[in-house]
Amino acid sequence: MEAATGPSVWGLRGGERRLGDRLFSGAAIASGIAILTVLAGVAIFLLIQAVPALSASTDELAEGKGLVEYIAPLAFGTVLAATLAVIIAVPLAVAVALFISHIAPRALAQPLGYIVDLLAAIPSIVYGLWGIFVLGPAAVGVMKWLEDNLGFLPFFQGPASVTGRTMFVVGIVLAVMILPIISAVAREVFSQAPRRQQEGALALGATRWEMIKMTVLPFGRSAVISGSMLGLGRALGETMAVVIILSGSGGITFNLIGSGNPPTIASNIASKFPESSGIEVNELILSGLVLFAITLLVNMGARSIISRSERHAAEGKKRA
Amino acid sequence: MSGTTAPVGFDSRDVFGGESGIGRGRLPDWVPYALAGASLAITFLILTLLDQVSAVRLVIGTALISGISIYAVSRAVESPRQAKDRLVTVSIASAFVFAVLPLASLLWTVVDRGMARFDTTFFTESARNVVGEGGGAAHAIWGTLVITGLAAAISVPIGIMAAIYLVEYGKGKRLARYLTFFVDVMTGIPSIVAGLFAYAVFALIFGPGIRLGVMGSVALTVLMIPIVIRSAEEMLKIVPDHLREASYALGTPKWRTIVKVVLPTALAGMITGVMLAVARIIGETAPLLVTAGVIDSTNMNPFSGRMETLPVYAYFEYKTPGIPQDASYDRAWAAALTLIVIVLLLNLIARLFYRRFGTEIR
Amino acid sequence: MKEDGEDLTETETPERIESPVDAPRASAAGSTSPATAEKPSADNRAKAIEVSGLSLFYGDFKAVEDVDMSIRPNKVTALIGSSGCGKTTFLRSINRMHELTPGARVEGHMTLDGADIYGPGVDPVEVRRQVGMVFQQPNPFPTMSIYENVAAGLKLNTRRIKKAQLDEVVERALRGANLWNEVKDRLNKPGSGLSGGQQQRLCIARATAVQPEVLLMDEPCSALDPVATLAVEDLIQELKKNFTIVIVTHNMQQASRASDYTAFFNLEKSGDPGRLVEMDETTAIFSNPTQKATEDYVSGRFG
Ligand SMILES: Nc1ncnc2c1ncn2[C@@H]1O[C@H](COP(=O)(O)OP(=O)(O)OP(=O)(O)O)[C@@H](O)[C@H]1O
Ligand SMILES: [Mg+2]
Repeated sequence: MEAATGPSVWGLRGGERRLGDRLFSGAAIASGIAILTVLAGVAIFLLIQAVPALSASTDELAEGKGLVEYIAPLAFGTVLAATLAVIIAVPLAVAVALFISHIAPRALAQPLGYIVDLLAAIPSIVYGLWGIFVLGPAAVGVMKWLEDNLGFLPFFQGPASVTGRTMFVVGIVLAVMILPIISAVAREVFSQAPRRQQEGALALGATRWEMIKMTVLPFGRSAVISGSMLGLGRALGETMAVVIILSGSGGITFNLIGSGNPPTIASNIASKFPESSGIEVNELILSGLVLFAITLLVNMGARSIISRSERHAAEGKKRA
Repeated sequence: MSGTTAPVGFDSRDVFGGESGIGRGRLPDWVPYALAGASLAITFLILTLLDQVSAVRLVIGTALISGISIYAVSRAVESPRQAKDRLVTVSIASAFVFAVLPLASLLWTVVDRGMARFDTTFFTESARNVVGEGGGAAHAIWGTLVITGLAAAISVPIGIMAAIYLVEYGKGKRLARYLTFFVDVMTGIPSIVAGLFAYAVFALIFGPGIRLGVMGSVALTVLMIPIVIRSAEEMLKIVPDHLREASYALGTPKWRTIVKVVLPTALAGMITGVMLAVARIIGETAPLLVTAGVIDSTNMNPFSGRMETLPVYAYFEYKTPGIPQDASYDRAWAAALTLIVIVLLLNLIARLFYRRFGTEIR
Repeated sequence: MKEDGEDLTETETPERIESPVDAPRASAAGSTSPATAEKPSADNRAKAIEVSGLSLFYGDFKAVEDVDMSIRPNKVTALIGSSGCGKTTFLRSINRMHELTPGARVEGHMTLDGADIYGPGVDPVEVRRQVGMVFQQPNPFPTMSIYENVAAGLKLNTRRIKKAQLDEVVERALRGANLWNEVKDRLNKPGSGLSGGQQQRLCIARATAVQPEVLLMDEPCSALDPVATLAVEDLIQELKKNFTIVIVTHNMQQASRASDYTAFFNLEKSGDPGRLVEMDETTAIFSNPTQKATEDYVSGRFG
């Protein structure tokens, strides 16, 4: 065939080259497949280790409780702590993002951004220590005040803890931990808000705040939502800060300032696992699987919002 | 009234809020700052008189007083709309300060309490047979280095090769789409779940109750890989296509183009990314709690026996203090300080490195 | 043709290096007139390209239709035509660069001195070693020094090459690109530190250092000022002694100054494929074109 098309002038080294290419691309593909395998492994191995707990009878299980009875309070504690954190963090994170992207003097914006990123870099064990030694004691007075003045709300029913080992403090610490995540996503998008719209608003005589309200915030809304969900995902899985701060001895309650809150799934695993054996370990792993499922849902939701808004932004750019 | 003179339903008053700012006064730039400073002084004075000085109260008080005063002054001199703008600015700036307060407090506390045991003993001795004072975290520091190093040694090559696949080979392929999606999923795995995974794998092979340093590395690998992929992918993507084309046009095969042209161009950024990824996982506690375990003496072999890391050490010094308690707490804080120093240094070096060696790409 | 084939099968790089590119200095006035026939130099490597029935596609979109063209060795062939008529697309198909664009494909034939460029078993990498390319934007490798940029093609492809040989090739290529005197004192500085015109000549040196037979240039001067443009045009006149040159340009003066043959591409309306309207000696295209469209285009009355 080749001879028919004329003298083959191309050197013989093509084959050799293709070998190099094959090896290299093979290694790249193999890495990709390895990662997918690992992830499948995560799910499969956790399932394998969780199954014995599913088939065990109630009195074999930890605390003599059924699975639902055991995991439900933990799941409740997890969601409560994470929700509280998001509620506290989101407004602050938006303010922080706006401050850096639109309000702070330009020269300050970048260093300030670094400072906020530092918050994200601090290990959670350190947040835990800070929470129990500094924030907790400092919050005792505030919680007392909340009980006295807002005690009619279920959240501040009391009696207020005198140690600071409460859901309230956990919520604040988690909020501090997820604030940089949310504000990073928001900041990124706020600073991409269409220049022309912003200039247009200012040219109409709008004040800076009016301009932000008219152009930047609508543009960044879905970023704030998805960033909040990423933060939520992080807060759901956060372990050490919760283990250290929360006393975690109690059932389902909305009382944030008392000492009787359930632990979170993650903190329960961390505190029980080292001393557990037999079926209890399987039960803990099952609870971990539940946590995995919850965070997975939240993260996937966040990702789909992000990718949708990215598509919007891309289309917007094309039209522009 | 509206719309009678303006064309096509546009009324400037809708925008200007009924009165034009032109002709009215405008506050000099320094006024808001001066008011804010004065508010701070007043708050400080009041709090001192009440003997209630604290950073939080100071920030809240200053925010309130300066917000009200700036609003009032601006409303009087400028316009209600301008006043509102200034009020919002004050609120946002206060919120920012409020949000960084924890960072300040945390850093201060860690340095203040960590210094007590930030000494040579701490870095040279293990916690073996230590109940009261003395002892150190040498074993945990070594453990951290070994476990994190091993995790990095596994995740960096895999992560970078996977990123190369995604950017250079996978465009439009189904495997690439799955990989991208599941890397996102992986980013969201709670660290404790990664620990459980490593435990589950090894427990299935070696039986329940197993604790090894390498298990910790595996757990950290699960957490580190997505970070490495994301950053490497980012850096590969900003290598412009025209450089690849220039290389192809010289008759260079694809893999050599990647190795000799693309990777060197992205290298500084990728190293920075790895450093940041290490900084992220070096502080992980929970996954190591359930995999590498707790031990008081130095063990340098990740494939045999328990291994302790710095964060786990800090946690157990806090959780199971000896007598006197404060000796343990001091060690916990010294460990926290060490961790923060490591993490901040890694962040700083990574940034400086990128600024110094990052390839300038047009 | 036979000898060429034999010659090429043993084109290990060291071999190529033995056959030096001449490094005469710019020959001013004469070179600007395409009519002046250049006597091919001793290491003339130029080859002819024959194109027949070539169509180019991006997915389902037909960008270029049915091109027949003969590109002569040791001549400069200019491709002109309005924006979007497929000049770049056609040019990139000559060294199979189009394959880097997902979905791009060709139909038809193209041969390089008789060898089928798209033939089965032909390695595109090998085609690109023989058909080099210079891009619109100068694109030196940012991680490499000036020296390394010129040496890149050899370094990237040859396992072992002596430093002395490499030095020689680099110097020759830089002299050939009329850049040697400007950069000889800073060979180890990054290539991105040069001016735009110098960078473009650096890229030309990089492309010629691997000793291709054909040099493709896609609007090589569009990012350059008039002085740098003239320098590159002079250089093209030098290069054609050893290479076949195909150049895309929007600049009519440049086409008439620098090229021997001109091919005019056009497209009826947007969405249609571009076609080769006519190709002839440059003087003929510019003085008495046979097609109305060509006349309108070269005299600036298009549309
Ligand atoms: N990567 C691509 N994918 C799809 N279509 C493309 C691609 N590149 C070019 N085209 C289309 O092919 C046609 C020819 O494009 P080409 O770039 O070859 O034109 P050109 O003559 O070089 O134009 P210019 O003078 O502006 O450089 C155009 O209609 C263009 O939109
Ligand atoms: Mg073009």
